[in-house]
Amino acid sequence: MKFFSVLGNYLLLIKGMFTRPENIKMYWKELMHQCVEIGIGSLGIVSIISVFMGAVSAAQTAYQLTNPLIPKSTLGQIVRDTVILEFAPTLVCIVLAGVVGSKIASELGNMRSTEQIDALEIMGINTKSYLVAPKILAALITIPLLVVIAMFLGIWGGRLTSTLTNIVSGDTYDKGLLDGFSAINVYFALAKAYTFAFIISSIPAFYGYNVKGGALEIGRASTTAVVTSCILVLFADYILAALLL
Amino acid sequence: MIEIKDVKKGFDDKQILKGVSAVFETGKTNLIIGTSGSGKTVLQKCLVGLFEVDSGEIIYDGKSFTHMVEDERKHLRQQIGMLFQGSALFDSMTVQRNVKFPLDMFTDWSHDKKMKQVNETLERVNLKDAHNKFPAEISGGMKKRVGIARAIVLNPKYLFCDEPNSGLDPQTSMVIDLLIREITKEYNMTTIINTHDMNSVMEIGENILYMYQGEREWVGNNKEIIFSKSAKLNEFIFASEFLRDAKDMRMLEEKGIIDNDRNMEDVMRDPESHLLMGENDKRDKSE
Repeated sequence: MKFFSVLGNYLLLIKGMFTRPENIKMYWKELMHQCVEIGIGSLGIVSIISVFMGAVSAAQTAYQLTNPLIPKSTLGQIVRDTVILEFAPTLVCIVLAGVVGSKIASELGNMRSTEQIDALEIMGINTKSYLVAPKILAALITIPLLVVIAMFLGIWGGRLTSTLTNIVSGDTYDKGLLDGFSAINVYFALAKAYTFAFIISSIPAFYGYNVKGGALEIGRASTTAVVTSCILVLFADYILAALLL
Repeated sequence: MIEIKDVKKGFDDKQILKGVSAVFETGKTNLIIGTSGSGKTVLQKCLVGLFEVDSGEIIYDGKSFTHMVEDERKHLRQQIGMLFQGSALFDSMTVQRNVKFPLDMFTDWSHDKKMKQVNETLERVNLKDAHNKFPAEISGGMKKRVGIARAIVLNPKYLFCDEPNSGLDPQTSMVIDLLIREITKEYNMTTIINTHDMNSVMEIGENILYMYQGEREWVGNNKEIIFSKSAKLNEFIFASEFLRDAKDMRMLEEKGIIDNDRNMEDVMRDPESHLLMGENDKRDKSE
């Protein structure tokens, strides 16, 4: 029963966002602010993990490619597909569920417990559309872009490791990158990125918006939001793979 | 004027408001008082629409708030200002931006006109040098002033204050109380204050609603409260011996038995001469 109650309240929150804005300029400002917070704010961590996941992927693939019949350029191919299909969208979004999710949940939770949300409601502002919608929209705009950046950096990280440790030359790696490249993989990764972006922004927003209590409850809401988002990201990952591949 | 008729509100199995009726008058400081758990916060949240009433009616200047559609409520809410217990200032914004926020959201004024209004409002609440400070950098009393400034910047018709004195020292509390009363008269607003503070009750209580366990127990003003026969109200208001003594003194003053402008040093020197006795009392004494 509790599951259906939570689901119902979540759907009501999403439905409540779709109203006419009181002042479109203010909503635009808030959207841009959230784009900077979520997009630029997460760029550093996304860059670091992307380079390292590409590098680790290259090193581990090279370790397993011992058969002389398999061309060396296969390394580039494997790193490319692993990064594009799985590492960039899924791993980056799991990390973002922690970084962005906890930020959204604690920000809204704090606003709820200090009555800032009530203050906005009393002014006649629809807080679901003013506070929650820009966060979800900003996530939908910036997270797919971060995933694309993660793809490039991951592949570059793999190349860097391969050339620095003399696993393969840069040319061989590049040749592998071009062999059998299928654009559908990128579309699939972007479909995942949009789905995950919605999950990792709306779930924490729901838990933060509905906080009841003080600091302890905000912490709990933040943890629940991150854990639930991560589980749903992995679940959605499987569903999308089963449906689209 | 705000009128409530037989308002009931409960949560799960617990009935919080058990049919409260009252009238809150325009241009007066209307106080809702009561012990913790008496339902005054729930009543105030029902009044501003944060909670929906289970039954009964809330009427703003003849218009039923209970039966308004969401768009009408939104419009009405733009005429409502509210000061929260913790001030509820937006902590990512400076004082100036906090006060400017309602103007940004609901007016299409030029930047200069908005800034003029913000500066005038901040001056009205006696805040001059805090424009660029963040809420975390100012004192509790200043936060309340900013909260009041934000609440009145759009010249609302109704002002709600939820425990405006909580966490403030007695002197600052008095300043905030007097400021609310002055603003109420100046803007001719209907002000409803939810409070525990006895100084507020005695100083600015022009229309007081005392609630006890979700029901209206007593209604009157700060003069009448001294002579109230309600045992529950007396127990709540005059809880300490000191306050009971103060009440006795005030009763004697109100009845003209002791001089209102007495100098206590003179009274201590010659107590008899400061009793304002009637002619009969004096005759009895001389005989």
